[in-house]
Amino acid sequence: MSDPRLSIIDERLKDVDDIIAVSSGKGGVGKSLIASAIALTLAEKKYKVGLLDLDFTSPSTHVILNAGETHPTEWKGIIPPEIHSLKYMSIIYFSGNRALPLRGLEASNALTELLAITRWGQLDYLIVDMPPGIGDATLDIIKLIKRVRFLLVVTPSRLAFETVKKLIELLLELNVPVVGVIENMKMGESTFIRERIREIDLKYLGEIPFDHALEEAIGDPNRFSKTVFAERIREILEMNDYLKGS
Amino acid sequence: MHEWALAEAVISTISRLAESEGLREIKEVKLKIGELQQIELEVFKFALTQLRDSSLLKNAKFNIEVVNAEIKCRNCGFEWSLEKEKIDKDAAEAIHFIPEVIHAFIRCPKCGSPDFEITGGRGVWIEDLKGVR
Repeated sequence: MSDPRLSIIDERLKDVDDIIAVSSGKGGVGKSLIASAIALTLAEKKYKVGLLDLDFTSPSTHVILNAGETHPTEWKGIIPPEIHSLKYMSIIYFSGNRALPLRGLEASNALTELLAITRWGQLDYLIVDMPPGIGDATLDIIKLIKRVRFLLVVTPSRLAFETVKKLIELLLELNVPVVGVIENMKMGESTFIRERIREIDLKYLGEIPFDHALEEAIGDPNRFSKTVFAERIREILEMNDYLKGS
Repeated sequence: MHEWALAEAVISTISRLAESEGLREIKEVKLKIGELQQIELEVFKFALTQLRDSSLLKNAKFNIEVVNAEIKCRNCGFEWSLEKEKIDKDAAEAIHFIPEVIHAFIRCPKCGSPDFEITGGRGVWIEDLKGVR
């Protein structure tokens, strides 16, 4: 007759001011690194921030943050642990490092369940690291969190843009707010992406050069925050008023 | 899902349903809980009594039925019932919160595939609601 989980999600998120899903139609464009860097930078600026990894089959933010032996606390649901001043939640707290092969409806159920049990408390921002594509998680988050805004990540590749364009079209069709687009792994001077984004009247938030030192900093958030990559994220957030909604 | 979170969700859903159906007092709630949720019924019932603070639910009777967890392998078609006593403690705890993580811990006993479908005993739903207008 009725699924009680759906009633409680709004309640769980009622004290979260802004929910931003970091997404891309394409995999491997740096969504998790960008979501983590945005969350860490906002926390650095003393905002109260949560980071939610919704990539159930290939979670990676726990590696970037070196979540290690942290665990959520059980109290009338689940309280996320605090890592580097962020409240953090990922499926890895339940599946461990095991492979978690999920089909569509199963992924949807897991996502609904995680949103229904996690007690974020008061947050200025909840940054959501989305899985690639425009499948279940994207449709679920749009359905379950009515006020979610999307921040899109693309690389200079025309192949990446072709895929991201489909996500943009979907979001615009569904009237889902788009914060803007970050161009990651920039290597040349091409303005192809910037021009395409402006043509469709979206905000080009900024570009991040390909950072060869980034790989070495994964798992060490202090070192990560000193990379060119993290520095560019700082500049992009500052230039764009910390992604505040209008 | 955790017992308290679940009780909170159930109460919230009942209130919403009662409002939409114009019920001012609920007499009986029929709930079905999948075995896979591994809910501690006593804790869940206690949480329900603690959380029902409105006049809407003060006299409500909760009938709770646990539905067996049934699983069917998508690879070989084998069907089996989950024997929860055979699941280790950490896995049981994880499945309790997010039942789908069963795919990280359990394999088809016949062919070893992780590609199986939970055909029964997953989730929690309000089967029926009786009240007065």
